[in-house]
Amino acid sequence: MTANLNSLASINSPVFQPERGFIVALARDARLAVRSKGEVIQALAFFVVVVSLFPLAIGPESALLKRIAPGVVWVAALLSVLLTLPRMFANDHADGTLEQLALSVYPLPTIVAGKIVAHWLMTGLPLAALSPLLGLQFGLASGELAVLCVSLVLGTPVLSMIGAIGAALTLGVRGGSVLLALLVLPLYIPVLIFGAGAVEQAMVSVDFSANLSLLGAIMLLAGLAVPFATAAAVKISLD
Amino acid sequence: MVITSVSNSTQTAADTLRGSGLRLERGTRTIIDNLSFSIASGQALILRGTNGSGKTSLLRMLAGLTLPDAGAVWWNGEPLKALSTTWRNVALYLGHTNALKDDFTAHENLVDALSIDGISIAPGAQLEALEKVGLIEQRHVLARRLSQGQKRRIGLARLWLALSHAHYKPLWLLDEPTNALDSDGVLLFADLIGSHLGRGGIACIATHLALDIASRAKEMNLDSRVEAAQ
Repeated sequence: MTANLNSLASINSPVFQPERGFIVALARDARLAVRSKGEVIQALAFFVVVVSLFPLAIGPESALLKRIAPGVVWVAALLSVLLTLPRMFANDHADGTLEQLALSVYPLPTIVAGKIVAHWLMTGLPLAALSPLLGLQFGLASGELAVLCVSLVLGTPVLSMIGAIGAALTLGVRGGSVLLALLVLPLYIPVLIFGAGAVEQAMVSVDFSANLSLLGAIMLLAGLAVPFATAAAVKISLD
Repeated sequence: MVITSVSNSTQTAADTLRGSGLRLERGTRTIIDNLSFSIASGQALILRGTNGSGKTSLLRMLAGLTLPDAGAVWWNGEPLKALSTTWRNVALYLGHTNALKDDFTAHENLVDALSIDGISIAPGAQLEALEKVGLIEQRHVLARRLSQGQKRRIGLARLWLALSHAHYKPLWLLDEPTNALDSDGVLLFADLIGSHLGRGGIACIATHLALDIASRAKEMNLDSRVEAAQ
């Protein structure tokens, strides 16, 4: 045993860098998502199907379709993100790795931040990328499609962040997914209003930059507070 | 032991872990009541007790995951605050779940655990650890296809690397580490604990097995809660 340990003495000791926690968590969750692609694709497929149901149900009334397009795409995006939220911490909680993450040498908020960014890369970003394609079904013009896409790029990080707090709080609760929806959806309302509002304003050729600025402001504000709030929620759930 | 350089707060020379008047309640049930113990460098606390006697709860409390409702845990005279930075640099916790991702292979799981611990270890040493615990052939097998005992052995690989790493954690908290292990695995585990204690580490182990470290072990039975030096 001692001889074996001798050969390992060259191992470098860790330099303590809190931002490493962010990178470690981000890389880890991204790799896990790539391993189980199905879960990522399911949320996207749900988004596509829900948005596509509306033109089929309402019929080819182009004026009406165009009128409801921003709201429909945004509500569908909210619901798709909501579907993926329980996974953010529940798997790690079930297999015990969440405890290891909480006991890691890295501060928990940095790890949580990495997980949130990974979640957005796997849900919010693909949703935003797909949205112009779906907007075409509703007869949106190219400028309006661009605003729709940008509003989702700015808004979906907030959905991941607020959702992370809810997901952490409802860990291990029976019927947690319904509770999570009830907890999180009301908090999504401001994002929904500003996001869909920006596209609506673009449709009537009004300046939409105020709405996008507000979305950006919400994102930055949430980015400051959410990692700490989520870390606190994870601690409570592990207790 | 070989490595003598010890970083920051991890003074292995004379560490003590002390609990005084610990109480833990869950709902209306008191799981742990008025529990006190003290262990020093080179000693192991073996937790015995029937299922539900609070072994896991106590270990989670010592790891800082749960706060006691009364009493306190002290490390070298410093009271333990939940998930504090010092504590996270001192304690290595292996829970009753294996903390493995089903979608990662055995080797990836080991790397994952090390990266969460903030430890970078050369790939050669990682393979050496897997060979030591008898998983070298299974290193590319997904964790979901490993047997319970093999999953436990990944935890042993972590312990083996923890022993050899410069950033040595002096306190090991192990919840049923011998579960599902075969007799070879148990021997290997006892060997690892022996090295750890020999180096001045402290271990708290919940197990049903008799380990071959009796001279340095204190037993605590959570059913009758008598702390006795063996």
